[in-house]
Amino acid sequence: METFWFMAVAFMITMYVLLDGFDLGAGAIHPFVARNDDERRIIIRAIGPVWDGNEVWLIAAGGTLFFAFPHLYASSFSGFYLPLIMVLWLLMIRGLSIELRSHLKDPLWASFWDAAFFLGSALLVIFFGAALGNVVRGVPVAEDGYFFQPLWTNFSPTNPNPGILDWYTVLTGLLALSTLVAHGANFVAVKTEHELNARARRFARFGWIATILLTALTTVSTFYLRPGMLSNFADRPWGVVLPALALGGLAGMGYFNFKGRDKAAFLSSSAYILGMLTSTVFAVYPEVLPAVDPANSLTIYNASASPYGLGVGLVWWSIGMVLAAVYFVLIYQLFRGKVRLEDEGY
Amino acid sequence: MDDPVLISRWQFAFTIVYHYLFPALTMGLAMLLFVLKSAYMRNQNELYNKGARFWGKIFAVTFVMGVVTGIPMEFQFGTNWAIFSAFSGDIIAQTLAMEGAFAFFLESAFVGLFLFGERRFGQRMHWFSSLMVFLGTWASAYFILATSAWMLNPVGYETLPDGGIALENYWAVLLNPWLFAQFIHNQGATVVTAAFVMTGLGAYYLLARRHEEYGRIFVRVGLIAAVISSLWMLFPSGHLSSEQVAEKQPVALAAMEGLFESERQAGVVLIGQPDVENRRIDNPIVIPRALSYLIYQNWNAEVAGLEAFPEEDWPDNIPLLYYSYHVMVGLGTIFIAITVLATFLLWRRRLFESRWMLWILMLAIPFPFIANIAGWLTTELGRQPWLVYGLMRTSEGVSPNISSGNVLFTLIGFAGMYLIMGLLYILIMVREVAHGPEAESEEPELTEGQSGEQPV
Repeated sequence: METFWFMAVAFMITMYVLLDGFDLGAGAIHPFVARNDDERRIIIRAIGPVWDGNEVWLIAAGGTLFFAFPHLYASSFSGFYLPLIMVLWLLMIRGLSIELRSHLKDPLWASFWDAAFFLGSALLVIFFGAALGNVVRGVPVAEDGYFFQPLWTNFSPTNPNPGILDWYTVLTGLLALSTLVAHGANFVAVKTEHELNARARRFARFGWIATILLTALTTVSTFYLRPGMLSNFADRPWGVVLPALALGGLAGMGYFNFKGRDKAAFLSSSAYILGMLTSTVFAVYPEVLPAVDPANSLTIYNASASPYGLGVGLVWWSIGMVLAAVYFVLIYQLFRGKVRLEDEGY
Repeated sequence: MDDPVLISRWQFAFTIVYHYLFPALTMGLAMLLFVLKSAYMRNQNELYNKGARFWGKIFAVTFVMGVVTGIPMEFQFGTNWAIFSAFSGDIIAQTLAMEGAFAFFLESAFVGLFLFGERRFGQRMHWFSSLMVFLGTWASAYFILATSAWMLNPVGYETLPDGGIALENYWAVLLNPWLFAQFIHNQGATVVTAAFVMTGLGAYYLLARRHEEYGRIFVRVGLIAAVISSLWMLFPSGHLSSEQVAEKQPVALAAMEGLFESERQAGVVLIGQPDVENRRIDNPIVIPRALSYLIYQNWNAEVAGLEAFPEEDWPDNIPLLYYSYHVMVGLGTIFIAITVLATFLLWRRRLFESRWMLWILMLAIPFPFIANIAGWLTTELGRQPWLVYGLMRTSEGVSPNISSGNVLFTLIGFAGMYLIMGLLYILIMVREVAHGPEAESEEPELTEGQSGEQPV
């Protein structure tokens, strides 16, 4: 039962990264890909009807995490207090920038929100990547199950009191940025034509190359810092399909980019993200928050809710996910196709 | 200011009060949008459709503000109240997670469709999405109120050997008897808010002699909703709410009423200042015996005062609780008086010429927001000193390792952000109102984002 909820939460977080990932990536590249107001509006319009729904996956994943693993929620949210509140501020700024930009027809107003959209998106991606890096590296959980991490200490991941930022988590933050730049550029390429499409493809290629380099660096560092992460793959060899999926996706991103097949490239970057996240989750299992002192690690067993509560949740969660899937298929189906400004809108 | 409990309370109170200003409008407005859209589907009067589109824009900007200020609420349970989250997560996280699964997905999908889809997918789909937005926002309220109701009146749990608690009965939590009155009272308040805003804006258009044909529709639709919902706030929903406070939280009731000593034939204090040190009300104006009657339907019944309870269980801010409650009830009474009078004028076909009444309706716009907040302060201050009523004190629930300096930093950050966001919101609202409903008659969906305005 705990394992099911572990996978459920991982599934929701993966959905969040796949879906909000492309609109975050689009935000991170839009000042470079779009050269004028019309092109920027096309990009914002491409994510307009879906970004809010995509972000709901984060909120819903947070809620489900709280429900299935209340101790993990309490410990990690209070331990990551400062970066988490900053993430909230960035989410606000970014949401407002998408929605408020078009309300005044004024170039200064638009430029201000463009900058907010870019900074909010790029910083969020780096924060999310660093957060995942923190979980993989381990945090200084005390015996009572709680901790508090400062923003940084001496930037060394082997420090017994590591900060949120050290060279390893900065590396994972950058990997997240390059990945979502490629993913977002693929999405923009799918939704646009002509010049904008060509520039988005160039950005996807740039993101792809950076992702290859950073993936190699991060993978090596991860196994250097946490050699134990290989043991799950040794115990359950079928798990290697997950990194294989990531590698396949990475290859596909480049191949389809050169072939000019945007949709296939977008699916490839999705496969890469899916493969990377599931590999990480597979390697960490059954821990949910590894501690610097392994005895204090939070696992799916000592952090979970009561068996009765988890059993009840199974029913409503399944119904909720089916409904969510229906809405998403409906919305993406309705708003499919290229974005054109001269159309009468969506 | 070096007490992390106090600053965390300030941060939660500040962020939730600010957040709730927006849903208080959007939930009621979602219902009125559905009413306007349904009216159009029946009478095919284009004015109603353009009116719905105009209010759709007001709704969209307000909804976005509600969404972005709402995200911190769900996260703050964990960031600032970790011990509370770990203690009660088995129960309250059920309802919080269900809000995400059933309400947020629904809302976000159909808000997009409602704002973008009219021209592309036709009137039926547009009407249907207005219905789904209405249901989604109200479902969201149900789940979050279920969470609040459990903290006010914990049910459906069992105590574990280690002192913790676990969920024992799911349906007991979801059908908490406290929740019924709270839900109908709270949702009524959102309709009051939206109805006053719609009526007030209509009155403004009539007074300013601009967009008058819309002004008449807004006043008519808004006022009918306002009078029904204002009466609803008194009876049955307000009556049921105070009855259950009297039954389950008598000490909170005593503080709300400013009743320090237990009394037979207790009166209702209309006006007066609580003096907690000397345990009396200064300068009181009292309706004798009314409180005994309201609670027990008996003019001579004894009502327990604060002194009947141990002082450690008294709400820790009695004056604020007392004033919040009196502001809520006082404003509710004024709302009934205004709307009944205005409805009478509407019925006699004299309202649109009675400029003094239109002035009152226009100036009334801010007051339902104040009443909403006063009502929530009453609820939550009345719960103090408990975080979970009778189970966990507020001082016990705070995160263990967060220093007061960190919380102060984030509180100041929130205050700064929210100040700027409030200014932006007002700026955009003023522009939307100045443009009026006619401005976007063409090409309603030529927009970016979910709330955009068409480029000129």
